[in-house]
Amino acid sequence: MTDMTTSRHGARVGEWFVLYGLSVLAALLLSALLVEATGGDWRPVVSALLDGSLRKPGRWGETLGTAAPILLVAVGTIISGKAGLVNIGQEGQLFVGAAFATYFGFLVGGPGPFNLVIIVIFGAVGGALWAGVAALLKFWRNVPEVLSTLLLVAVGGQVVAYGLSQSWLLLAPLGDRGNRNQVSQQLPKDNRLPSPEVFGNRIPLAVVIGLVSAVAVSAVLARTVWGFRLRMLGRNSRAAQRSGVSQTGYGASALMISGAFAGLAGAVMLAGGGFAFGNYQLVPGFSTNVGWTGLLVALVAREKALVAIPVAFVFAGLRTGSSFVGSTGVEGRITDVIQGFLVLALLVPPAVMFIRDRRRAQAAAVERA
Amino acid sequence: MSGFFDAIINIVSSESTYINGALFAAFLAFAASGEFVAERSGTLNISVEGMLLGGAFTSAIGYHLTDSMLIALVTGVAGGLIVAGVQAEMSHRLTADQFVVGLTLNILVFGLAGFLDNEIEPETQLASRWEIPLLHDIPLFGTALFGQRWPFYFLFLLLPVTWWIVFRTRWGLELRSVGENPQSADVSGIDVNKRRRQSIYYAGFTSGMGGWFLIFGQVGLFEDSVVGGRGFIAIAAVIFGGWTLRGTVAGCVIFAGALSFRLSVQGLGYQVNSELLQSLPFIVTLGGMAIFAHRVRAPAALAQPFVRGLK
Repeated sequence: MTDMTTSRHGARVGEWFVLYGLSVLAALLLSALLVEATGGDWRPVVSALLDGSLRKPGRWGETLGTAAPILLVAVGTIISGKAGLVNIGQEGQLFVGAAFATYFGFLVGGPGPFNLVIIVIFGAVGGALWAGVAALLKFWRNVPEVLSTLLLVAVGGQVVAYGLSQSWLLLAPLGDRGNRNQVSQQLPKDNRLPSPEVFGNRIPLAVVIGLVSAVAVSAVLARTVWGFRLRMLGRNSRAAQRSGVSQTGYGASALMISGAFAGLAGAVMLAGGGFAFGNYQLVPGFSTNVGWTGLLVALVAREKALVAIPVAFVFAGLRTGSSFVGSTGVEGRITDVIQGFLVLALLVPPAVMFIRDRRRAQAAAVERA
Repeated sequence: MSGFFDAIINIVSSESTYINGALFAAFLAFAASGEFVAERSGTLNISVEGMLLGGAFTSAIGYHLTDSMLIALVTGVAGGLIVAGVQAEMSHRLTADQFVVGLTLNILVFGLAGFLDNEIEPETQLASRWEIPLLHDIPLFGTALFGQRWPFYFLFLLLPVTWWIVFRTRWGLELRSVGENPQSADVSGIDVNKRRRQSIYYAGFTSGMGGWFLIFGQVGLFEDSVVGGRGFIAIAAVIFGGWTLRGTVAGCVIFAGALSFRLSVQGLGYQVNSELLQSLPFIVTLGGMAIFAHRVRAPAALAQPFVRGLK
């Protein structure tokens, strides 16, 4: 009996590997075909991607630094996802969070490390508030959060852009901004997240924040009563409600915590991003798709915070690598396409396995009968 | 303060406000009529944005290659159908999460269209104007409704057809039953997921047409930002309209009013902060949903995947 189950188990693991392998291969093949079809050559593109993300000096540190905010966004998405809520507005929550971080960072302006804490906290607060708008609309007015979070991305971008054009909000004083008219002050040196150098790569402290958050969230969801209730709400909201889990309370807090992580990612980008993210100052379009990427990472990781760590690294690699692709004569935006194909491809294996498992169970039931 | 009211009156009495409003409303209505059908069958596909962009891009390519706007219509519809195909087959055959598929598709189509647009740079132009005799002379509304470029008039065909399909055919009845109670529909012999796939294909069809309309009836050239989030406003219009076709069209008109208001304010030279003005249509959409979303009844099985034996 045990023999049979282990061999079945082995076959299943094998199936998973084959399915995932085939899907990823198909996604990469399609991307390569696309490059070839538009008159490019795929080999230098791959080489440029690897150069840009890992091989050239200092690049893997850059990739790690990019992975950190992506991972933070993904971790937040996992929390709301577990509660059965579809938060797809991280891009806006991140931007609003970064704006809060900038505003309160300069408003308080205390000594270095203290102010850094202020920046990080208010980043999270900003993101949580922006997600809170969606939560309010959902639980008070019954507006689906899928749409409200999405529409709030557009609103958030414009509201922060407005703030950046007003000197009483975010705009830097005249002497500090050159000819630019939509830019915040640059964070002073002692307000930035330190990035110690390891093997010639600058590793921002944000990486540690990201990793700790991923592990902590994974543990909280799996091991605490709060996490259990959240998962129950996501799996079967009616049963959860009957056993005393308030849909409004838990749902709204999950949505807001998810926004808080996106805002935290924004603060971390601001205070530790360096040149990859706006050079320690807020500009329009500061979020540069990190929110969307983080969301995709959470989806690919199938709501497992620990799995999100390597996935975030891969997606960050595509991002840092894309800046090197331009030199091969192929549009750098090909990495967006690769990313899209990859995500779609990674959705296939679990769905196929689900159907196969059902068929097997049905066949077994027929056999028993 | 009187300046403010003067401005409002100027905007409301300017013909261009209505012309732009009708164009925006038509574009939204193309997408929203398909999304309406899809939502009545219990699917909520946020890939409408991608369908619109895909349709716009493939129709631009079709025109670039053949110089024919009718062939562009065919390729545009094909583009919408391709995106719909991925959405339908992955979410309602393979049972992947429909929001995940939709969101990924939006991002993929955006990247793909941007990438190929830079490589190919399709050349397009606007279609010619058709002025319906007499009717287009009506003051204020005349040109807006009866003096537009000819792709506009396809909407007058599409809306009644959509209504007739959904409310007067057996297929439409089955579609609605699938959206209300998939378990019962399944027991009575309707293939639930097949109907849902078909309804998504219908959304792809109308959105592809909407993308074609956008290029040849309104904008005249393709950019990757040409849709710019208005697919989501179309979805909101369906919700705003309480999942009726009438209400959906009303939602399109109201949200289009906000879009057009924004243009007119700038066109008439009023100084309003442009960022806040940019976000106005989205705020109006959110506000509209906040007021109306809890008063209406959604299809009972909206956004709930159907797997036989699981509930």
